[in-house]
Parts: sequence; structure tokens; C-alpha cells
Amino acid sequence: MSATPTTAAAPVHTDEHYLAMDLLRFTTAGSVDDGKSTLIGRLLYDSKAIFEDTLENLERVTEQRGEETLNLALLTDGLRAEREQGITIDVAYRYFATPKRKFIIADTPGHIQYTRNMVTGASTANLAIILIDARKGVIEQTCRHSFIASLLGIPHVVVAVNKMDLVDFSEARFNEIVAQYSEFASRLNIADIKFIPISALHGDNVVENSTRTPWYHGGSLLYTLETVYIGSDHNHIDPRFSIQTVIRPNNDAHHDFRGFAGRVAGGVFKPGDEIVSLPSGLPAVIKSIHGPEGELAEAFAPMSVAITLDREIDSSRGDLFAKPNNQPAVTQDIEAMICWFAPAKLNPGGKYILRHATRETKCAVKAVRYKVNINTLHKNTEDLSIGMNDIGRIHVRTAVPLMIDSYKRNRTTGSFILIEEFSNATVGAGMIMWTEGSERGQTEQFADMGGL
Amino acid sequence: MSSYNLTHLSQLEHEAIFVLREVAAQFERPALLFSGGKDSIVMARLAQKAFAPAKLPFPLVHVDTGHNFPEAIEYRDWFAEDVGARLVVRYVADSIKAGRCQEEKGPNPSRNGLQTVTLLDTIEEFKYDACLGGARRDEEKARAKERFFSHRDEFGQWDPKNQRPELWNLFNGRKNQGEHFRVFPLSNWTEMDVWQYIAREKLKIPSIYFSHQRRVVNRNGVLLAESPYITLLDGEHYEERTVRYRTVGDSTCTGAVESPASTLAEIIQEVASARQTERGTRADDKRSESAMEDRKKAGYF
Ligand SMILES: Nc1nc2c(ncn2[C@@H]2O[C@H](COP(=O)(O)OP(=O)(O)OP(=O)(O)O)[C@@H](O)[C@H]2O)c(=O)[nH]1
Ligand SMILES: [Mg+2]
Repeated sequence: MSATPTTAAAPVHTDEHYLAMDLLRFTTAGSVDDGKSTLIGRLLYDSKAIFEDTLENLERVTEQRGEETLNLALLTDGLRAEREQGITIDVAYRYFATPKRKFIIADTPGHIQYTRNMVTGASTANLAIILIDARKGVIEQTCRHSFIASLLGIPHVVVAVNKMDLVDFSEARFNEIVAQYSEFASRLNIADIKFIPISALHGDNVVENSTRTPWYHGGSLLYTLETVYIGSDHNHIDPRFSIQTVIRPNNDAHHDFRGFAGRVAGGVFKPGDEIVSLPSGLPAVIKSIHGPEGELAEAFAPMSVAITLDREIDSSRGDLFAKPNNQPAVTQDIEAMICWFAPAKLNPGGKYILRHATRETKCAVKAVRYKVNINTLHKNTEDLSIGMNDIGRIHVRTAVPLMIDSYKRNRTTGSFILIEEFSNATVGAGMIMWTEGSERGQTEQFADMGGL
Repeated sequence: MSSYNLTHLSQLEHEAIFVLREVAAQFERPALLFSGGKDSIVMARLAQKAFAPAKLPFPLVHVDTGHNFPEAIEYRDWFAEDVGARLVVRYVADSIKAGRCQEEKGPNPSRNGLQTVTLLDTIEEFKYDACLGGARRDEEKARAKERFFSHRDEFGQWDPKNQRPELWNLFNGRKNQGEHFRVFPLSNWTEMDVWQYIAREKLKIPSIYFSHQRRVVNRNGVLLAESPYITLLDGEHYEERTVRYRTVGDSTCTGAVESPASTLAEIIQEVASARQTERGTRADDKRSESAMEDRKKAGYF
């Protein structure tokens, strides 16, 4: 299984095939040094997705560093500071395709200090590979990342039990970790969890099934990535369209053109459809929809389009089009789970800037309801201080109404970020909890996210 | 229920348009950095689509090293006129004359690094608060770390160790006086995606991307085009080869590749079976392990 340098080549694909391939976005997660970057390097290397010059460079740098085996982590650890310390600091994005699928990989850092960058990489993923060092088993950072993956609504998790070479490819050890993780994960809300014993360093069960784990009968990691079912993670039921900007050509040819430009966040919009513009509640009928390839008969998520209406209504950036019989909640009071990124603690009663869809507003944190104990997933209502890398539930009040759905129902209208006013730093990520029909969403049990 | 699917190329297109519109909405004085290279052509095309039927809401800005390929410059001027955009050109030569920076010494002095000075001066001159760039994450290992909205401090510097988290598609473009953003709508595109898009949109591109005869010198494995800015070393000579370019930068540091590909379809075939990265032809990246990171920290594209 050891690394014999092969000639690298990108897979060849014809145009039609290439254009029709589906896309899986996945992220790595797990504690520092569990082998995430090495795994991504191994995956790219063994599937021959590394270019010759990149490989030559890798060989040269490995040699310069006095290391004996090819350091595959250097394929994603590209920053000078990362290479110096041998850790990942920020997400690296890599792109590769096999004849079956196209992949966007986000290799994220395991170090707790850079949790914010892990969340960045995970927020757009459909699948997370959570690595566990076979010697260490499930540790706090494994729990934190799994909980974040669950909160973010990532539907598929592959638990890669890594460094099996250091535990003699022991089936018993693998089973122990599977049991440990399953116990923890039963409290999470992840639909699909698979376990694979691997050695990222030596390649076992990464691209090919390994002869050193004869007791393992599942597929290799790559096989799993190529075959996992990916449904659309977009909502095609509830019509939502947040206005980014209004297009007014101001020329004779298009004198009356007034296009509301934005990206469909949910549902389907067609010419002739009646819409309501929120928060005003003004109704109108869609006259035409313009996409990048011309006029469209329908628009759905995640398309970027411009919508014209049959009448002049006062709508602009930050407003949202829905349908009369299917509207989001319009509210200034929001209940949400928050992931905190800043070194300074969340300030209860403090004011922040909140960005939600295309709207930006001031807000005040009215209450911290609980903090989550990452290891036990218990709600801590005694210690309500939310510091860096903590996750908790808060109530915020915004200066202007927002048009919201629960995060579970819609990732776009259900998410927001908090920004600190003076530094402009992004300090928190919020996932909205809202039950249709509940007045303020306060009574909702958090059963639908993260298992809390 | 019909299936609401988009090809990945369409997904990338819609994503880029979303980003371009966010820039127009969040900033007061955005600009689109346009070199006449394939990535900036695709980006400009997407910008046209994002705001149609209105005109581009930002000028095209080019930092001209004076060592550019004439084909790319010609194309640049044609394109700006064709889309009816305002074109702003600033010259590295002027920065040198003004004593803002110094010409490199040696057999192929490159003005690539010097562009940063001119670029930052241009940003200051016009008070641009966001510059759209066509850089892609798949190009290079430091670029693989970029956000869509990438913050630059008042000295134009990138701090890769301390980037803002970027969640979902919520882009935080807030900044203080004097700071600006670089925004990369093509972040998730690969070289292949760019070519597929050029083919799908039937975009015109500068002729140097297609196979042609050219006199080149082989310097450290990089085929550099004959030009007055290159001094031949002992034992070096120009020879005619059948080449094309995979990336178009400064002619003193961008190498040609030997290729018979003279149509888009042939180029796509070639890219599909390529064994070298496109920046493998860039002598500027070969200068050191972290050449790109260092330039980017200083304010490069
Ligand atoms: N023996 C053995 N060592 C491994 C294996 N996978 C990774 N390693 C080693 O573990 C160390 C850390 O690997 P990385 O890939 O950098 O870990 P990481 O999870 O990316 O770390 P961060 O990104 O900093 O969180 C390196 O020295 C690797 O060579 C494995 O399967 N077996
Ligand atoms: Mg790593």
C-alpha cells in the first residue's frame, strides 16, 4: 500500500459527461492531528488527481524538510505558517473529479482556536468526513465538530477511524470506537452515519479496499463519496426570494425595465404568479423572469435571476418576495442557536449588526437561554457565558423586522451572522429556530437540530 | 414534480452572479480588474449578465506592466468598447518613473511584483472599495485559502491567518475607512469550468490562447516569448515552436506550452488530459515556495 509515485493525470472526460456530472461538496472535521489533511492528500494522490508539477514540488519540499515519506498534508496546508507548525489554520478548497462525480473539498483545521474556519468550510457542505485517531478515540473536539455538523444540517457523516496502522488494524479497537461514537451521535440529528477504518498515511481503505482489514466489508472512502445519495439540499416548496439590488437600465431601449435582482432561496417562481413583497405585504404579479441565459419559464433555488412585476411597488434590497399562501414569519424577535467565534465573550444585552439574507440591521441580544455542554450535549442554564467556540441558544431583537424560516426548513432564510460594530469582525453564526404557528418560536423544543 | 436540477456549470454561474450583485449592493465604488485573460473575460461576461439589460455598474481596471502581450491589450480595448464599459488603465512604467518602485535587475526582469504598487495606488486614486478579481482557488495553494470576500487592511495587505469566517452565502463586506475588499466570484471554478463556459457562451478570447508559431527561449523549462525585455544568456537562443498560452500574464514570466490545439474543443481536450497545472508555466510562482502567498499578503491580485 505504500506510496509508489505514479504518473499523475487528471481524469479525462467528454464535454457532455463533464457537464452532466453531479457535485458533492464535502468537508473534513475532527481534532488536530487526526490526519484530515493527510487524508485529503492521500485521496487526491491515489485517485491520480495531482498534477505532475504539484507532485514534483511536494517531493522537493518533503525532502527539504528532511521527512522520509511524502508529506501529503502539504497539498492543502499551503500557507507558510501552516507548514511551519504542521497544522491547518484555515480552510483549503480543493477540486477534483472522478469519472463518477465532481467534488469540492473543504479541508478544515482541527485546532480549537480555528473552529471558526471549520464552520466556514462546513457551512456549505453536504457531507462531513469526521476523523478519529484510533489511539485516542472520541475526544472533545470530535464531539464539538460532530455537533456543529449536526447543527449545520449536514445530512451525511462518514466517520473515518484513522491511524489504524498504529493499532495493528485491530477490529476490536475499531468496534470500540464505533460504539463510543454511536452512543454520542444518538443524541445528534444526523440522518446517515457510516464508519470506515483507514490509514490516511498508508492509504488503507481510502481509494482501494485494504487487505489489512479483512474484517471490514464496507466500501472504501472514495467509493462511499462516489455513491452516497445526494438529494438537493435546496427547498423547492416554500417560495422565497430576497432582493439583492434593483436593476434600472436608464436607457431608451429599456426605459421601463425595473428588475428585482436576487437569488431564489426556496420554492418556484413563474411568470403570472402572484407574489407578496415583505415586510410591506404589497401584492403584485410576476411579469417576467430573466436568468443568465435569457427569459425563463420558472426559477428555483439556487438560481440568480431578475424579476419584473406588473405594477410599481416600493421594494428594494433586503425585502423578500413570497406567495400569499406561503409566507415566512415577519418578526423582530428571533430564537437561535449561536456558534461564537470571537475571543471576546458574547455580551448579553449587547448590540451587534446582524446580517440575514440580504438585510442588515442592528440587533440586541436579549437573553442567553443556555449554553451547550459539548461533551454531554446537556443544556447548561447556570453558566450562560458564551465565549469563543461555545455554542448556545439566544434570543435577539432586531431593529427592523426580518423574514425568517427555521434553519431546518431553509438554510438561507434560516441563518444569519453577527458582526461586531467597530471591528466589523464576524463574531457569530446563528441558526434560527422557528415553528410555524408559534408566536415567538420560544416554545420550540430543539429536537430538530443537533438533537437538543 | 419536475426535477429542479442545475448542471454544476450553471450552479457556478448562478453563484458568481450572486456574488457580483452583492458587490454592487454592498460597496460604493467597486471596480472589476480586467487583464484580457480568460478568467477576467469570464468574470466580465458574468457581470454583464448579472446586471442586464443595464450596463456594468463598475469600470474595468487594468494594471499594465508594459510587458503584456499585444494581443491581450488589443483584446482588452476591444472588449471594453464592445460592452460599453469605462476602462481605466494605469501603468507600472509610471510608478517606476515616479519613483514608487524599481525595475528588477537580471536577465528577465519581471514587473509582476511591481504591479502591486501600481494597483494599490490606483485603488487609492479612485477610492475603490472593492476590486473584483478573476482568481480561482484551484490555481495555487495560497489562493486555495481565499474567501469570496477577502478583506484588505489600509495598507492593502491580506492577513491569511486571520480571515473573517464566511458562513453560507452571507458575505460581510463591512470595513473601516481606507480598507478595501478583493472579491473573487470565480472562487469555485476550475480551469476546466472556465473553458467549458467560454465554449458554452461562445466567448471571443485573445488569439494567444490558440496554437500559433512563436519564437521562444527555453529558460529553466519555461518557454518565454521573444521580446525586447528579455536578454539571452550564454548558450540560449530563440527557436520557433508551435505553442499556445494557458494563462496570460506578464510576457516576461508567463511561459507558453507546446500545443497544436487551435479550437476550443481541442483546448478542452488538452486541459482534460493535462498533467501540469496551468500556473506551472509561471516563472513568478517558481521564485519561492510561498511566492504567491507573499505577493498576496503585500496586496497583489
Ligand atoms: N501512523 C499514521 N500517522 C498518520 C496517519 N494519518 C496522519 N498521520 C500523521 O498525523 C500527523 C497529523 O496529520 P495531519 O494530516 O496534518 O492532521 P490534521 O488532522 O490535518 O491536523 P489539523 O489540520 O492541524 O487539525 C502527521 O504527522 C501525519 O503524518 C495514519 O493513518 N497513520
Ligand atoms: Mg489539516
